[in-house]
Amino acid sequence: MPYNDNHAGKFAGRRLLASAVAGVSLVGLSSLAQAQQTLNIVSWGGAYSMSQQKAYHEPWMEQTGDEIINIDRSGNALAGLRAQSQAGNVTWDLVDMLPADAMIACAEGLIEPLDHDELLADAPDGTPPSEDFVDGALGECFVASIVYSNIVAFNSEMFPDDAQPSTIHDVFDLENYPGKRALMRKPINNLEWALVADGVAIDEVYDMLETEEGVQRAFAKLDTIKDEVIWWEEGAQPPQLLADKEVAFASAYNGRIFDAMVSEDQPFEIIWDAQVFELDGWVVPTGKLDKVRDYLYFATDTQRLADQAQYISYGPARYSSSDMVSNHAETGIDMMPHMPTFPPNFKTAIQKDDEFWADYSDELTQRFDAWLAQ
Amino acid sequence: MSESSAIPLTTADGVPLKTSLRRAVRRSRVKAFLLVSPLLLFLVVAFVMPIFDMLWRSVDNPEVSTQLSRTVTALEGWDGESLPGEEVFAALAEDLREGQEARNLGLLSSRLNYEKSGMRSTISRTARRLRTMEPPYKEAMIAANDTWGELDTWQVIQREATPWTLSYYLAAVDRQLSPEGEIVKVPEHLEIHVSLFWRTLWMSLVITALTLLLGYPIAFLLTSLPLRHSNLLMILVLLPFWTSLLVRTTTWIAILQSQGVLNDLLVGLGVIADEARWQMIHNKTGTIVAMTHILLPFMILPLYSVMKTIPPSYMRAARSLGGRPFTCFRRVYFPLTIPGIAAGGILVFILSIGYYITPALVGGQSGRFITNTIAYHMQTSLNWGLAAAIASILLFVVVVCYLAFNRLIGVDKVKLG
Repeated sequence: MPYNDNHAGKFAGRRLLASAVAGVSLVGLSSLAQAQQTLNIVSWGGAYSMSQQKAYHEPWMEQTGDEIINIDRSGNALAGLRAQSQAGNVTWDLVDMLPADAMIACAEGLIEPLDHDELLADAPDGTPPSEDFVDGALGECFVASIVYSNIVAFNSEMFPDDAQPSTIHDVFDLENYPGKRALMRKPINNLEWALVADGVAIDEVYDMLETEEGVQRAFAKLDTIKDEVIWWEEGAQPPQLLADKEVAFASAYNGRIFDAMVSEDQPFEIIWDAQVFELDGWVVPTGKLDKVRDYLYFATDTQRLADQAQYISYGPARYSSSDMVSNHAETGIDMMPHMPTFPPNFKTAIQKDDEFWADYSDELTQRFDAWLAQ
Repeated sequence: MSESSAIPLTTADGVPLKTSLRRAVRRSRVKAFLLVSPLLLFLVVAFVMPIFDMLWRSVDNPEVSTQLSRTVTALEGWDGESLPGEEVFAALAEDLREGQEARNLGLLSSRLNYEKSGMRSTISRTARRLRTMEPPYKEAMIAANDTWGELDTWQVIQREATPWTLSYYLAAVDRQLSPEGEIVKVPEHLEIHVSLFWRTLWMSLVITALTLLLGYPIAFLLTSLPLRHSNLLMILVLLPFWTSLLVRTTTWIAILQSQGVLNDLLVGLGVIADEARWQMIHNKTGTIVAMTHILLPFMILPLYSVMKTIPPSYMRAARSLGGRPFTCFRRVYFPLTIPGIAAGGILVFILSIGYYITPALVGGQSGRFITNTIAYHMQTSLNWGLAAAIASILLFVVVVCYLAFNRLIGVDKVKLG
């Protein structure tokens, strides 16, 4: 197993034992030393947690005898971390969260700064992590595991075969593509899409949104479909609304739609045009680094990230894993075309600007709520 | 005969009766207090302290004064007319450098970002670049980030340097401080809270009225049916009461949604066209229907317990004196049930003001309550100060409602069983 060799090599300098047991799993040793601990790992639940369970947790538990407890609290991870830290009793060992939240948690000192080249595994060809992870995947306190995407999907049965929607413009075109739209009840993504649908170029979207004129323009565009929108708040809602034909279009996380398409055979299609992609990954609550060091090393190596892509259509955050993406574990379909990073899907992709949203989320959310209430 | 000359009454062992009595009373008081002390302790820890904590958080404002202490000191006496001088910038550099090392700039930058969007990245970027920055800091900082060259940045820092603030309360009622220090309305496109407060109160009133309208006849039936039937009816009232709140709420989604049971039935019967299905959920209707159903038992049970104590002979007497059924009801029966109506009404009203899961699930946009905003600021935006301010106002509203109720009807008349 490349993973074991890597691991032994990596710690050779620090652990005297390493040279004597080269090729022997150090993980095995360290787990002997701390005999079967329990790790509380916070994640998003649903199909996503399932993919982590299969790709990381199960092999890890089998190898070390550790017990991993899944806690589905990532939706409010920042609030949870802050509350636990203020109460002086941090019970979470590892948290899956968005880079924007990680930036805030890091600035508040709630999570550990990470030395990526020290903590993470090299690629099989020896490329250090700092070069093997995609842009933006390694933050001061953050290491990404996946690239996921916010897309708009539609139920293909609700449109004639010769008039299926294909671009973000179609989502805002009530005349040719009638029906309700389910959008997330947040300004994020919706404002970006509104601008693109209104003719703003992909790479000018955030510059535009920093101006009052741009924000007004985005809201004006959203006004044109406002009466036809159902606002969702939980990630599980959009696939359900589409399946029930409550809506014709729904914005969603691409993995949820993929899951409904392959596991439940739903007639959904994804509009990849103007997908807003972002990263998601691990942070370590302050004081927990030693406890999760080995697990973090394991769960972010090339093989694990590639394995995860067998279970859910989120792209691995390492270049070395991308080439290893294979077929879906249950149905055997080729996963590549379902990945946000698949070149034809990626042509008009928008990278979510975390810094922009860290600055403007408070104000724009309030403005968005006020707009909704009008 | 004066009291002092009287022979004091004593008990058998010679202790004056008065003293002995006092001792006995004190002993039973201590016993009573010890018996309630677990509850008292529980209430203090789980109820009184959190409320004071909340009130405190709604005005607490430590971020700027502690983390930018040098800057704040240097800003003293600044006229607010033109950009502050180099010594203020140097103090800021010092403060930020220290904060960056201690990794605790996060709360400060969030706090300032509430007052002025963009401050979060301004602070984190500036703090990161300080390592390579050299005096004079004024030019260097403004060159690194325009925000430091804007007058209102400094006005905000100066204004928020007090350890207490009313900004959260102002924000909770859609107001803000103008640069001149006056309280003004926020721009129209940011107004949100006041209308939500009114909606919450108004819809809670509607829900209370509906539960009364539906619950009154049921409670009456419960008291007048023969025992065998009334027991069955009571179970029908209590079963939903025992069912999980979430189950009842999601069931209403299944029934009311546009592809749901009720719409399907109406389309099947030809009452409405397939394209014109009714939107009954994810709006006000959804919230009102689901909450009326969920809160119904809280109206029925107090009504029932009051009605059960009204002897049937009263109505018979009224009838035998020549009253018509409706008059008898209006002038005899109904006034006797007012304590039950009052108890049920205040219970349902206060409970519904504080509801948040049901409006969040079935309320869509138009059926949301102010409580959903509190939850949002607690869990998502993490603006706990604003959440505390809104919650404190809500608490104040509830207390005012309760006092008004006490004035008009009297809490002593309330009967819960």
